[in-house]
Amino acid sequence: MRDYSIEPSVVEGKPTFRQIDELIGAPLEKMPDKKFYIAISITGTMFLTGIICWGLSFYYGTGLWGNNNPVGWGFPIVNFVFWVGIGHAGTLISAILFLFRQRWRNGIARFAEGMTIFAVMTAGIFPLFHTGRPWLAHYLFPLPNDHSLWVNFTSPLLWDVFAVSTYFTVSFIFWYVGLIPDFANLRDRTKNKVKKVIYSITSLGWRASNRHWQHYELVYLILAGFATPLVLSVHTIVSFDFAVSIIPGWHTTIFPPYFVAGAVFSGFAMVQNVLIFVRKVFNYEKIITVDILEKMNKIIILTGSMVGYAYAMEFFIAWYSGNQAESFVFINRAFGDYAWAYWIMVSCNVIFPQLFWIKRIRRNIPIMFIIGVLVNVGMWFERFVITVTSLSRDFLPSSWAYYKPTLIDGGILIGSFGMFFTLLLLFTKSLPVVSIAEIKSVIDGAQPTHHHKEANNGK
Amino acid sequence: MENKKIYSVVGLFDTADEIIHASEKVVENGYKKFDINTPFPVHGLNQAMKLKSSPMGYFALVFGLTGTAIALLTMAFMMTFDYPLNIGGKPLFPLPAFIPVTFEVTVLLASIGTVLALLFVFFKMPHNSHPLHDSNYMKKCTTEKFGVCLEADDEKFNEADAKAFLEKLGAKEIETIYTVKEDVPPIFTKQFIGFLVFTVIVISGATYFVTNKLMFMPPFNWMMDQHRVNVQSVSTFFPDSFSMREKVEGTVPRGFMPEEYKESPDSAGKYLQNPLEYNEKNIALGKKKFLTYCSPCHGNLAKGDSRLKDNFPKPPTLHSKKLKEWTDGRIYHVITFGQGVMPSYAKQVTRQERWAIIQYIRTLQRALNPSEEDFNGAK
Repeated sequence: MRDYSIEPSVVEGKPTFRQIDELIGAPLEKMPDKKFYIAISITGTMFLTGIICWGLSFYYGTGLWGNNNPVGWGFPIVNFVFWVGIGHAGTLISAILFLFRQRWRNGIARFAEGMTIFAVMTAGIFPLFHTGRPWLAHYLFPLPNDHSLWVNFTSPLLWDVFAVSTYFTVSFIFWYVGLIPDFANLRDRTKNKVKKVIYSITSLGWRASNRHWQHYELVYLILAGFATPLVLSVHTIVSFDFAVSIIPGWHTTIFPPYFVAGAVFSGFAMVQNVLIFVRKVFNYEKIITVDILEKMNKIIILTGSMVGYAYAMEFFIAWYSGNQAESFVFINRAFGDYAWAYWIMVSCNVIFPQLFWIKRIRRNIPIMFIIGVLVNVGMWFERFVITVTSLSRDFLPSSWAYYKPTLIDGGILIGSFGMFFTLLLLFTKSLPVVSIAEIKSVIDGAQPTHHHKEANNGK
Repeated sequence: MENKKIYSVVGLFDTADEIIHASEKVVENGYKKFDINTPFPVHGLNQAMKLKSSPMGYFALVFGLTGTAIALLTMAFMMTFDYPLNIGGKPLFPLPAFIPVTFEVTVLLASIGTVLALLFVFFKMPHNSHPLHDSNYMKKCTTEKFGVCLEADDEKFNEADAKAFLEKLGAKEIETIYTVKEDVPPIFTKQFIGFLVFTVIVISGATYFVTNKLMFMPPFNWMMDQHRVNVQSVSTFFPDSFSMREKVEGTVPRGFMPEEYKESPDSAGKYLQNPLEYNEKNIALGKKKFLTYCSPCHGNLAKGDSRLKDNFPKPPTLHSKKLKEWTDGRIYHVITFGQGVMPSYAKQVTRQERWAIIQYIRTLQRALNPSEEDFNGAK
């Protein structure tokens, strides 16, 4: 029998502090290798495709997209919800697991937070361009203007503006506060003068003083405490964009928990996918262990089952409510024009993740990678199904239509992946992707044993 | 470097156990101004150093409540008082709909405020000129060792004693840190003022370009320059070069059916009927409109005795036998199309109001010349 009262170390192999510094600092000191250039040229090309399509949309307007009546919310909103969802795993790992004192999150928190920030940046572009005149987007905020008219504070779309911008700002602050001690570490180890100036500025003159650590730790805890309800509120409010309207298939109270579970689900799949590469490329196998990946897979199966439950419950309520429009929409989702998208969604989100009940699959890296990719495909299609099927079959049969995205839509979708991964690649080469201070604090023997008093008395 | 001032004496330890032990001894020894520097927060060190608990939680509370108040007051000002907008019949202060934004602003302000207070007020950062920076001690403390720093400001401080004390505790690499003279960056130098002027020119130039030029270039001006005919402009499309077109003959605006019997007041008297019920509400409406539009000439009681009676073709009384015998429709025709010097009042009073005025005139006629029956009815 395994003794579960003894927590196994989250870092394998008992490295010394110096080894940790060298391991985590290595990618920042070496010139990028060939693999890096290949990777960034692929993501850079994707990003460039996106920039061209964004530029065309900027100049010629939203008429280049497939959006039209009745589907006014095509790809841009699907992609927005998808990317905001990806961001949610980062905050869950860095804030919620921190509050639950899950020490294994220390090795992956920094990276996941970075993914949050880049995902929210990517997501933010879509509503910006969906306004049609991105250069007037500042009017989304309540600015005093010539018409003395204010924004509508009772609209979920405005709540979204506040939620996403607050989410980005707080995530960024949380990330930066975590980086300060690491910048000080890099400042004191670097031999390059330019880097030293940069790290001196960014570390703000951190002195690793315990009189500072004391306040710092409390503030970190407070930020985690704020970020936790914040992350739940963000996707809740995103779901309000749908649920507060009266379109059949959207107007349901299950949306907020369903969206949050889905966001964590897809976000964890994305974090898991990227970490598999990061641990391999930078030799972080002992910091980002298979145990950690297994724990993430457990969260994927939990949230995946919650999403599956939500799908079933939507169908049940559509039938149980006796509402004709509602039950039509759900039957149409499963057997109508978009049935292909619906069944991609169900198989990727509900069926494949259930394989993680088997321990060997949970710990097998190639298989978990494939399942992670499938989960993200499924979650993208979930947003597609919700947005497009409901709008294409609204209350007025005369306006029904089949939504077809254009090439520009596809280019922007590719570009969003390009932007996200380009930013991630640059991040791995410019900042420590694992929190040096946090990982040191969970190495075996790093914390006091509190036996010294007895030892001294024995002397 | 002559007058070097001692900042502190420092020593390094290898393990967390040792640093806890050392800090307890430092406190026991009565040192007040000292510090422990560690690469990561060590559990139990706050107790060993006998530090007071951190007040940052109260800061977060105050900043958060400030955010709540700002959000709620701002939204109330904008949506309830400054520009009240009826949205779907909801109240002008819809608290449930204000909750999301209130929550977000609370979290935003609490996070930003707490972190700024921590870094810039509590830690007094950025502080890159601190004496400890660039010392061997600091380089070890941010990476792999645990250090004790006994500061020279302490009353008990004595360089030799401090060194001996640290040695006794088992510290390694004991050394003395000297203060550095802080360079005050010169502000009023030519370079700095030049930099300021340059910045001002660039920013104002960019602002001028963006707001006065860029916003009038494509695609930003496409909203203004559309393929459409603007009012008061010459049309190149229509042969008569008028941009405004004549209405199609016989066009009637919505809700403005033309009045009948314009040329035949007698037919109006014969065929038009007062559609209103004879009741208090309609009489009250008629009174209000009569006093506004009719009384200036006809007088408050319709006796034709207004202040215009001497310097004007005398406005007739409405209590004459002719008027009493006229039907409602005949009076309606006069109000609608005018008669003699009286102009049309069709633009000033609506159809319904005209009929109400007629009811009021009938009321006046009866009130000023009551019949026997009226008195009997009163008894």
